[in-house]
Amino acid sequence: MIDLTPLWLTLHLAFVTTVILLGLGTPIAWWLARTRSPLKVPIEALTALPLVLPPTVLGFYLLILMSPSSTLGSFWVSITGEALTFSFSGLVVASVIYSLPFMVQPLARAFESVGHEPLEAAASLRASPLDTFFSVVVPLCSRGFLSAIVLTFVHTIGEFGVVLMVGGNIPGQTKVISIAIYEHVETLRYDDAHLLSLGLVLFAFVALLITYGFNRRSNGPNRGASRHVG
Amino acid sequence: MSVDVLDLNARVRLSDFELVIDESLELSGVTAVFGPSGSGKSTLLRTIAGFEQPQTGSISCAGEVWFDSAGGINVPPHRRSVGYMFQDARLFSHLDVDGNLKFAQKRRGSIDNLTVEHVVDVLDLGALLERSVDALSGGERQRVALGRTLLTVPRLLLLDEPLSALDQARKEDILPYLENLPREFNIPTLYVSHDIDEVAHLADRMVVLANGSVKAQGQTAAILERFDLEPYTGRFEAGVLVEGEVTSHDDRLHLTRVDLHGATLTIPMAADAPVGERVRLRIRARDVAIATRPPQGLSIRNVLPGTLLKIVIEPENGTAQTIIDVGGPRIRARLTLAAVEDLNLREGLPVYALIKSISLDSLGNS
Repeated sequence: MIDLTPLWLTLHLAFVTTVILLGLGTPIAWWLARTRSPLKVPIEALTALPLVLPPTVLGFYLLILMSPSSTLGSFWVSITGEALTFSFSGLVVASVIYSLPFMVQPLARAFESVGHEPLEAAASLRASPLDTFFSVVVPLCSRGFLSAIVLTFVHTIGEFGVVLMVGGNIPGQTKVISIAIYEHVETLRYDDAHLLSLGLVLFAFVALLITYGFNRRSNGPNRGASRHVG
Repeated sequence: MSVDVLDLNARVRLSDFELVIDESLELSGVTAVFGPSGSGKSTLLRTIAGFEQPQTGSISCAGEVWFDSAGGINVPPHRRSVGYMFQDARLFSHLDVDGNLKFAQKRRGSIDNLTVEHVVDVLDLGALLERSVDALSGGERQRVALGRTLLTVPRLLLLDEPLSALDQARKEDILPYLENLPREFNIPTLYVSHDIDEVAHLADRMVVLANGSVKAQGQTAAILERFDLEPYTGRFEAGVLVEGEVTSHDDRLHLTRVDLHGATLTIPMAADAPVGERVRLRIRARDVAIATRPPQGLSIRNVLPGTLLKIVIEPENGTAQTIIDVGGPRIRARLTLAAVEDLNLREGLPVYALIKSISLDSLGNS
């Protein structure tokens, strides 16, 4: 019987990462979509960096940054009594950074497409900026949020390089599906590798199918931030 | 009773345009902000609402400071008690019509007994409530937007060319609702328009804007009478507005008689204006001719004796603009230069104004 611990661990990691990124990525994306600051371009490039860097590079720096001998690492040890490297917490930190663009980019695009018109309309109806965000922007950007959440979740499930560098291969702690598959292949247990791989393929496909299907359905000609004039 | 004012003293610089304004506008009735495209009308409204920020100056509404560059005050748009109705309606597409109305009602600060039901009733929105906003026609969208804005019970209503995106038929669907606003809700209104007919129809007072500055402000009738503003108000449409009282209807001749402080005019039957009602009539300069002797055998019914008050010759196009005092109201006539010379017209001469046509503009709500 195949060990399903890596599966639950992976889902747990993807869930925690997505929730954290939803809180972290939303304000970043909002700022990027609305700001006229000269810092916009550098920040935009910085948030996209995980897309283009080899995961090993990211993993290498994270390993150094989080090691108990570094400032951040020792601080973490002093408050939690546990090292960030080769731990589930460390994996969460690494995944949040690694998957950041998958949350920020779809959200920023969705926020930009809302335009200033509905925001002004809401302000003229006495809605505060925060109220406007939750009662107008979020519903108008529901597709953007769905895309961002699904992409972040699926992408976190599929990560390998960063996890290997930062988390290693500790059963029940850092051994996620992609690592387990790698290990199965290394030990020539192809049947188990097949099972997990095929499961991942199906899962990713179904997730994207749902996302695209939803986008398509609500993407009729009359949909959008209500900017018709006629 | 003193009337509250909107004090505007601001310099607003946008990328390719500057608006400079220093005016006090009375907060009562309907004030039109009139001018050609690009004159700064929308910028003015957006500045009042807080969507544009002046570089320098101050804005206060009924004594409440909304902006003051010296004092570092800039009240954000959602805390200014203005209702802004946009040219493009800007309904929320994730809510149905009812949802859009309730959005406004839920957020209004003041305790007010204006109900959704009342607004729905006045604007005939009942049949639309359950509809998606994407299923509305242009005119319906504007009506919903107007209702939504009214439900915030603003201190000041800003209407930014609410009719400009509509074709003529739809405009005529909406106009009666706009006419009714002062009577039904009594909210001081700034009404932006580049259509002098709309302004003459709806506004008690007007502000004339051109190239980012105010050229004139005052009673609509007084502004429309001024020659020097024609480059801005449009000469072809020049004319006057006169107010009078309906004195009788003649069913057989299908006529309505209107008394203008002494002079009586007859207009085509206006049965919906009861005797005693105050009405506003529009007389265009090109519809008025002048005679120096009492005319006889004439088909024109409205002939008023008066005095030629003023003649302004426009040599470049061979015309003359004149003002005739008919014992109270003043009427403008546009004549040819040749006529002025042939009849030897001069200021102070007793004349007869022959009015070919008159349009009934709005039912008196002033």
